Amino acid sequence: MTTFLILAVLVLVAIAIWQMTRIFELSQIGTVDSQVANDRDNRYNGYLLFLFLIFIYAITIFSFWKYGKFLLPEAASEHGASYDQLELVSYAIIFTVQAITQVLLHYFGFKYRGKQGRKALYFADNDRLEFIWTIIPVITLAGLILWGLYTWTDIMDINDEDDPLIVELYAQQFNWTARYAGEDNVLGGANVRMIDIDKANILGIDESDLNASDDVIVKELHLPVGRKVNFKMRSQDVLHSAYMPHFRAQMNCVPGMTTQFSFTPTITTADMRNNPDVIDKVDRTNEIRAERAAAGEDNSDPWEFDYVLLCNKICGKSHYNMQMKIIVEEEEEYNKWIAEQQTFAQTMSSVQ
Amino acid sequence: MSATAHAHIEDHADDHGHHHKETFVTKYIFSQDHKMISKQYLITGLIMGTIGIAMSLMFRMQLAWPGESFPIFEALLGDWAPNGVMDADIYLALVTIHGTIMVFFVLTAGLSGTFSNLLIPLQIGARDMASGFLNMVSYWLFFLSSIIMVSSLFVEAGPANAGWTIYPPLSALPMAQSGSGMGMTLWLVSMAIFIASSLLGSLNYIVTVINLRTKGMSMTRLPLTIWAFFVTAIIGVVSFPVLLSAALLLIMDRSFGTSFFLSDIFIQGEVLHYQGGSPVLFEHLFWFLGHPEVYIVILPAMGIVSEIMATNARKPIFGYRAMIASIIAIAFLSTIVWGHHMFVTGMNPFLGSVFTFTTLLIAIPSAVKSFNWITTLWKGNLQLNPAMLFSIGLVSTFITGGLTGIILGDSTLDINVHDTYFVVAHFHLVMGISALYGLFAGVYHWFPKMFEGKMMNKNLGYIHFWITAVCAYGVFFPMHFVGMAGVPRRYYENTAFPMFDELTDVQVLMTVFALVAGLAQLVFLYNFISSMFYGKKGSKNPWKANTLEWTAPQEHMHGNWPGAIPHVHRWAYDYSKTDENGEYIIPGQDFVPQNIPMKDDEEELHH
Repeated sequence: MTTFLILAVLVLVAIAIWQMTRIFELSQIGTVDSQVANDRDNRYNGYLLFLFLIFIYAITIFSFWKYGKFLLPEAASEHGASYDQLELVSYAIIFTVQAITQVLLHYFGFKYRGKQGRKALYFADNDRLEFIWTIIPVITLAGLILWGLYTWTDIMDINDEDDPLIVELYAQQFNWTARYAGEDNVLGGANVRMIDIDKANILGIDESDLNASDDVIVKELHLPVGRKVNFKMRSQDVLHSAYMPHFRAQMNCVPGMTTQFSFTPTITTADMRNNPDVIDKVDRTNEIRAERAAAGEDNSDPWEFDYVLLCNKICGKSHYNMQMKIIVEEEEEYNKWIAEQQTFAQTMSSVQ
Repeated sequence: MSATAHAHIEDHADDHGHHHKETFVTKYIFSQDHKMISKQYLITGLIMGTIGIAMSLMFRMQLAWPGESFPIFEALLGDWAPNGVMDADIYLALVTIHGTIMVFFVLTAGLSGTFSNLLIPLQIGARDMASGFLNMVSYWLFFLSSIIMVSSLFVEAGPANAGWTIYPPLSALPMAQSGSGMGMTLWLVSMAIFIASSLLGSLNYIVTVINLRTKGMSMTRLPLTIWAFFVTAIIGVVSFPVLLSAALLLIMDRSFGTSFFLSDIFIQGEVLHYQGGSPVLFEHLFWFLGHPEVYIVILPAMGIVSEIMATNARKPIFGYRAMIASIIAIAFLSTIVWGHHMFVTGMNPFLGSVFTFTTLLIAIPSAVKSFNWITTLWKGNLQLNPAMLFSIGLVSTFITGGLTGIILGDSTLDINVHDTYFVVAHFHLVMGISALYGLFAGVYHWFPKMFEGKMMNKNLGYIHFWITAVCAYGVFFPMHFVGMAGVPRRYYENTAFPMFDELTDVQVLMTVFALVAGLAQLVFLYNFISSMFYGKKGSKNPWKANTLEWTAPQEHMHGNWPGAIPHVHRWAYDYSKTDENGEYIIPGQDFVPQNIPMKDDEEELHH
């Protein structure tokens, strides 16, 4: 019945459009090129171009006003601050150019709409103008390129200075595992060929490697604030991507090789929860979740902010739900937590 | 141009007199006539486009109302939507096939194939393509690859669903994902055939442009459409073979146990034998085509728009030589920027720096083109036909979408928006919507040339343009914000992360705009089909254009022109040109077609 109604409505709409165009056509009988724009078409569409310009501005303003607050809160990592700054400057440039060019384009479309008898200006080239709008992008982009490259080199320079914490992020369909290098801060060797499900050696760690015995394998990532972390990423099956948006960090996990990323967390989870933007976000979200709870729907428990690690490279059916919680805490809390965890050697011996 | 080529043309010119007897099969099916082949490309492309857009509407509905049951899902997806709720695997399949169809089958074959075939011979003054037979083979290979791609939708385990980029190991291992079995095999076979088709087409375009230009048609008198098609064909010849090698190596990994892209894999409880390959290698091979591909898609649209804009502004295109230079610069740079898709793949960060540099350089010729188009409008006498509106629309979306490329092309800024909705918004505006606008502009403008003088209804054209233009921004502008909030693309639903809860509203808004935009395309389809049969015949040169195709008779004939091929005496953009007294060169007419000889006292006012 519903299908029939929808079909009926569609048919009626089609008939209405057809009739409307018939009326338009009847009013234009007698001209050879009745399907070529005439002065009236130019006038209407000229005005519409102007309206469209207003629409572009309106949707920009609307999006900023309504959705601007949805953006990620301030960066929670050391390099994230310079990332955000570069981003801000880039956006300033983009919006300036966007504002100017869209005005020119649509305003010219409106201003110079065709009229019978109007003479267009034969204006084929002008070296000076073209030079100006070549050289301005060249200079602007040179600046952005240099700044971007400087920051990039800085972020990607992964070294062992400042005693970094070494952590392995291990990806598989469809979950994450983290491995801490333990007291020696050296990860034991590992390969998928050494995976032994019966002995719960799910990461394929080399049991004979002495460096491996103090490694700690966990399902929740704890990081001490202010200490550099060097991540080593591995994947056992397909491509995954370790995406930590709050830290402006991302690196793919590639089967057959180890990739790396490094950052220093600067804001603890507790502090981030007190960030005014985050408080607002949590309030808004919990309002939605309360509505859901009232309607008796699932997925309606109140939410508390946490950093999160997402998979950001299509990896299969449950790609959309491959995540791990990240907790940034004070050094002492972290030390206390890591001391409570079982080492790889302990796990192995408990199995045997 | 060489003397032999001239001789060849003259030869052919004398030769046209006798007509072959045409049967239904040689005229409409296995036709070797470029005009018919272009129509075949267009109609196949539009059918594929309808499928591709319908798929996008379905997955947009899933994104806006996750887990909701829709009767239409059950009707169209069958077992893939139990009780009308879309399955996660088929969601990924829809995303994958939507991307594949739109990029390759609609915007490469449907756009470049249609208009290169239609316009190259007609605008350079040739009787047909260099090889009509290869041209026919090219179309039929394209048709075959379309059939195989569509048939993969009916495979029991589902079509390919590893994303249109089909990165291994996901695409190589049937145990990683259901679509990586038969569905992916068909995808690869279809694309291999598609590449063969594209290469045959491109070689033909290149040879035709170089050898078959009529007398007087020097390279610097070519309309910008031809320049764009010519350069596009060259990029295609350079980069498509690399995709073929990627596809072949992937077929070997999948079927013959080689390890080009696979290494150290443990899946479903067992270690696989693969050793020593690298998925990163596949990414390099894929994007060596994949990136030029977006220019293969957008350059023809740019050429079409340049031509339509000049004609409808009644002005020469501003900076003709700069436009050619920027087409060539974009084409050159496009082949050395592929790494910007791979900043965070584990590729050496130094390479990332190099690719950032080359990528941001592309902004320069792109900026030149945009400013030149805007200047072309300045002080014009704009005839706002539907084709002209779509051309202005292209410049608008190209700028909006292109500017965010400055964020994505910067390796630093890419880290946090890589693979999020920000990317989706960027490329849909800059190459998806823009190229579609180019396609629509071309169809409205050259419809009379394709269908023997019949014209499309302009009022339906206006309805089509305005709804589409508003909806395109309505879908893709807010999408940037979803990306900047950190939402990854290709998520079946965003409910697993409370931090994305509040973004569902944005998804609903985008989906409503998308559905309305989809309905507006029905107006276009109706207009297209009804005009094909009942369209009003316009005059021979309805848009008062300068290029040679409008000197050919409306009725299609083998060889395009009865009698001799027109010679060319001037460039294609003498619109509103006046002499010293301010009078038009041809009194009472604001355009001078290319086949009109220069007047005695007339000067070339451009360089």
